[in-house]
Amino acid sequence: MNLMMILEMAAGAFGDRVAFQNGEDRLTYQQLFDASGALAAKLDDGRTKHLAMLDVSTLAVPIGVFGASWAGIPFAPLNYRLADGELDSLISQLHPGQLITDAERASRLGEKFESPDGADYVAVGSRESLLEAVRSDGAPIREVSWSMEPEDAAILLFTSGTTGAPKAAVLRQKHLVSYILGTVEFMGADEADASLSCVPPYHIAGMAAIASSVYSGRRVVQLANFTAEGWLETARKEAITHAMVVPTMLARIIEALEGQASADIPSLRALSYGGGKMPQTVIEKAMKLFPETDFTNAYGLTETSSTISLLGPQDHRDAMASEDEVVRRRIVSVGQPLPTIEVSIRDVDDESEVSAGERGLIFVRGEQVSGEYRGKGSLLDDDGWFNTRDGGYLDDAGYLFLEGRMDDVIVRGGENMSPGEIEDVLLTHDGVMDACVIGVPDEQWGEAVAAVAVLRDGSDASVSELQQWVKDRLRSSRTPERIEFWEELPYNETGKLLRRKVREALREES
Amino acid sequence: MAVFKAGTRLKSAVCSSELMIVVAPEGDVALTCGGAPVIELGGEAPAGAALDPSHKQGTQMGKRYTNEAGDIEILCTKPGEGGLAVDGTALEVKGAKPLPSSD
Repeated sequence: MNLMMILEMAAGAFGDRVAFQNGEDRLTYQQLFDASGALAAKLDDGRTKHLAMLDVSTLAVPIGVFGASWAGIPFAPLNYRLADGELDSLISQLHPGQLITDAERASRLGEKFESPDGADYVAVGSRESLLEAVRSDGAPIREVSWSMEPEDAAILLFTSGTTGAPKAAVLRQKHLVSYILGTVEFMGADEADASLSCVPPYHIAGMAAIASSVYSGRRVVQLANFTAEGWLETARKEAITHAMVVPTMLARIIEALEGQASADIPSLRALSYGGGKMPQTVIEKAMKLFPETDFTNAYGLTETSSTISLLGPQDHRDAMASEDEVVRRRIVSVGQPLPTIEVSIRDVDDESEVSAGERGLIFVRGEQVSGEYRGKGSLLDDDGWFNTRDGGYLDDAGYLFLEGRMDDVIVRGGENMSPGEIEDVLLTHDGVMDACVIGVPDEQWGEAVAAVAVLRDGSDASVSELQQWVKDRLRSSRTPERIEFWEELPYNETGKLLRRKVREALREES
Repeated sequence: MAVFKAGTRLKSAVCSSELMIVVAPEGDVALTCGGAPVIELGGEAPAGAALDPSHKQGTQMGKRYTNEAGDIEILCTKPGEGGLAVDGTALEVKGAKPLPSSD
């Protein structure tokens, strides 16, 4: 299996369709195929074992993904927001290899890494010269043949490091191809369809979007630096039909539409979101501003090759329209597992399966699940199950609710409690816009519950009022002993709450 | 009869169909397209091979074909006139409800 087979099918069936577009620059499927072959020829030097790309979303990214697969080596998109020191440690894991980046960085990094002799070389090149070389007429193309070995590594993604040092998750050809075949209909898109891609390439959703859109035949419009205004403008100008955003992006789009009755993007049929917890108020406002748009919430991890569970458009409408509290709550769920994925909720201590409604660790199994880190091997158990380390529960109808990372569990006097459960209760208070609950060291209990709340404009909720609010709804042990009010909570650029930063700030103050 | 491996690319000996094994069957099986044993993608069709009129259901690009037991799955990567069968039993299109796009 090989991602290249997916592109070959697309180029064969609809080669003249536009595959990717960046500004006014476009690549058809046939041009993408040819450019990937030209890149694969350049990678065929007998020693390059990795292709790294340190760049925003450009046409070079899909060429890099497919060119690396054609050459049989992994593609490693790197986070361009990392500091040079952090990048050094990632790049040192990608020897021997080639690194493509923007011209400015290429000239700066070149001196440091370019040591063309020896096994630890990383050759640095610029995106601009790469694009020119692989798109020029008569560029030599590698023989149309690639490894079909399912175990070949296709993509290396360094996990975002909200908890510790970044490590490379390994996605093999079999994981990505299974994901695409299981979730995307070949040529399922209409020729006029266009999707707006604003998730960075180093995020699993950015990588999955490239393969999904190629297989469906949907034109991708790249938006490298997200702003709400830029997103709205591009969506209107390009008659975008599909888009994926992370929660913080959707919140900003809604802010930018403040005072308007509707978003006025009639072409937008589908808007999916994922990558972090979506506040209920944001999704409810969005559904009002985009009344004709289908909303989908997707839950997935880097280690699971993107989406494993979906809350679909009908689920959204049912939840919004229902009088039944159980159905209404599903708006904050991540829906039901894909037909190709099994989910099992396990007890935190003995990992035995728990019943519906009970909280525990989320385990998943399926062909797309890698669960492997470089140098650590596979973390799947003997039966193929992967412990996501996310906490959650399934309701009676099989809807999955997330409760945050189990690494964030607070242990107070021997009692395990999930921050998500307490945050959810705080968020139901009218005055609370956002909340983060963490454990802080405590002499008596080991850990104590602390909360940071962001209040809505005009709210004068007090610490004691919020404490009482939680106490009335949960056990008293879950009542935050300490509550602080902040202007905003720290998120990373893909919408993940940075609990580590909250923890550090509270520790410094105490 | 032949043993297949996931990822192997094949083609029909009697029509334009091209295939990839997604889930490999256990052991030795006879995989045919258009009534004739399939061959490797780069291989030569044996002389005289002809499309069997009783195996003309056709293959559709991007469709996956499977048997009742679900222990074999084959992707059509290029369409053709012939139909797929394993040990003489025709394979069926794997019905999958389309999912909303999520990335």
